[in-house]
Amino acid sequence: MQHWSRLLILSCPLVIFGCTIEQTHESSEIGILGESGTGIGVGSDTTGGGREIGAPTGNYPQEPIYTPEDRMGTTFGKEFDDPSTDLSKRIIYFDYDNTDVRAEDQSILMAHASYLAKNPKTSLILEGHTDERGSREYNLALGERRAQAVRQYMQLNVAPNQIEIVSYGEERPAAIGHEESAWQLNRRVEIVYRRRK
Amino acid sequence: MFRRLFYVGVLFVSLGISPVQSLTIEITGGEEGALPIAIVPFGGNSPVNIAEIITNDLQHTGYFAPLAEKDIISHPHRAEEVRFEDWRLLGVESLVIGLVQGGTVQFELFNVMKGNRLTGLSFNVGSGNLRRVAHKISDVIYQQLTGNRGAFNTRIAYISAGIVQGRRPNTYSLKISDADGYNSQTVLTSKEPLLSPAWSPDGTRLAYVSFENRHPWVYIQDLRTGKRDIIANYPGSNSAPAWSPDGQSLALSLSKDGNAEIYLLNIATRALRRLTNNIAIDTEPAWSPDGSTIVFTSDRGGSPQIYRVSINTGSEERLTFEGSYNAHPQFSPDGRQIALVHGNGAVHHIGIIELGKKTIRTITRTNLDESPSFAPNGTMIIYSTEENGRGVLKIVSVDGRTPQRLGGLENNETREPAWSPVNRKLEE
Repeated sequence: MQHWSRLLILSCPLVIFGCTIEQTHESSEIGILGESGTGIGVGSDTTGGGREIGAPTGNYPQEPIYTPEDRMGTTFGKEFDDPSTDLSKRIIYFDYDNTDVRAEDQSILMAHASYLAKNPKTSLILEGHTDERGSREYNLALGERRAQAVRQYMQLNVAPNQIEIVSYGEERPAAIGHEESAWQLNRRVEIVYRRRK
Repeated sequence: MFRRLFYVGVLFVSLGISPVQSLTIEITGGEEGALPIAIVPFGGNSPVNIAEIITNDLQHTGYFAPLAEKDIISHPHRAEEVRFEDWRLLGVESLVIGLVQGGTVQFELFNVMKGNRLTGLSFNVGSGNLRRVAHKISDVIYQQLTGNRGAFNTRIAYISAGIVQGRRPNTYSLKISDADGYNSQTVLTSKEPLLSPAWSPDGTRLAYVSFENRHPWVYIQDLRTGKRDIIANYPGSNSAPAWSPDGQSLALSLSKDGNAEIYLLNIATRALRRLTNNIAIDTEPAWSPDGSTIVFTSDRGGSPQIYRVSINTGSEERLTFEGSYNAHPQFSPDGRQIALVHGNGAVHHIGIIELGKKTIRTITRTNLDESPSFAPNGTMIIYSTEENGRGVLKIVSVDGRTPQRLGGLENNETREPAWSPVNRKLEE
């Protein structure tokens, strides 16, 4: 616990860089069933949240429905804002129960790989996601495989610690709905930039 | 009715069990061939409608057709007040009456056709566990009329996600409640996803996955003390915990070596043993009740299917061949059947496969059915599905009679039910 608290403090100055992160504190609040096993002890805990999850867009954890465009805004640089560049595209979509990167998306991944190679202090998280169908644990593994498939295209000239993978499975849908129009937006990998010290 | 519920709320708040949140039961269908039974509202003063609790319990099994309370025109509370011909006219085969008096609850069960008393019991109770007494009575009735042990005096764990319409969840709660959805208590709340609750065999601890550290880690929490331990926080995903029958180990899925594999983890020593080795996804382990094998989901054949691995020899075999999607296997308590999520890509139902056979019997009909979990007596399965855009929990009999819904809380989505393996004692 202490270890994480320290990290939490260390990460705070990073907010100044405008990484627009820090809902992470809030999101680690947890309440635990109390000692007696009957009452509800709402224990606040600062476990985690210590890393700088600096998405190039704010409002991440608490955002209502966000469309792909919502995560296009950035504090990283113009090249991330210009919709004509591949760097402005940071969501890759997948077919049902499939982990293959579509041919038309490969140039996007190359552009991000190239940016990472030129900016070795920059790192990113590949967030794997699935639609809601099927079992949750299998979807967690499926989301991870999608992120791994994306990483395959980005590894050239990039240090391993510049790319981190986390799968949310079906737990963080981009669109709410129980039909294909929502599902196709949810089968995705999001490229989330952050800065390292 | 509402007034009674209000009293229940006051009672539990005063005991410090708050908030009391009740999943209301809505009967979503009847079943032909179900046993007609009348449960007369109990006499005396009770803050809890015991007859209603018993009615809901029996309805959940799919094997009983309780008479609606409004159709009950005669209200006997003692054996000498029963006129069997009244009940024969209503087509009722079994009759339950009871009385709450001076800290005692008594009930009697009659065979209406033969006009005789089958059983009856009296319980000394504090007012605090009247609901539990009602469930115990359901167990006795069920055992008397079906010959099988009841599973009403049990609990379920589930995940509740707080949602506002059109938004994704912003709070997640791990909850436990009685098996009928009442007396829910929050075990843990988080703003990050919680999933995969799993009961220890003795019902005292829950293992689950929490994203509170921005990665899926596995925790174990003691329900008596609230103490929680991180049990697996390896790089990558840590997920799908399942307790060994002896309670000493967890099977789980870890991707620390590159992709999701099944591991066994000794809880006391934290020693890990890798059980599968395959470039495909291997996840969702479940132990056979004898502890000798583990079934799991793998897409090594191109689509998710159920496989079985021997813990001693490591030999593996594929169990499912029907359909392009079979996942989330769960052994029945007798080890003869496996419940699973069965689908073809477009729809996902709950299915049952007999060990040693290849035919999958579909027991639900809705399209997004997930997370089957057996009742400890093996006759019912609780699962999650979607209804009106919201996740709800339903109970279905193993032979696929009409599912009964445990209606969730307003604006909340309920999912991933896990039925406790333990029948509680009354004094607990």
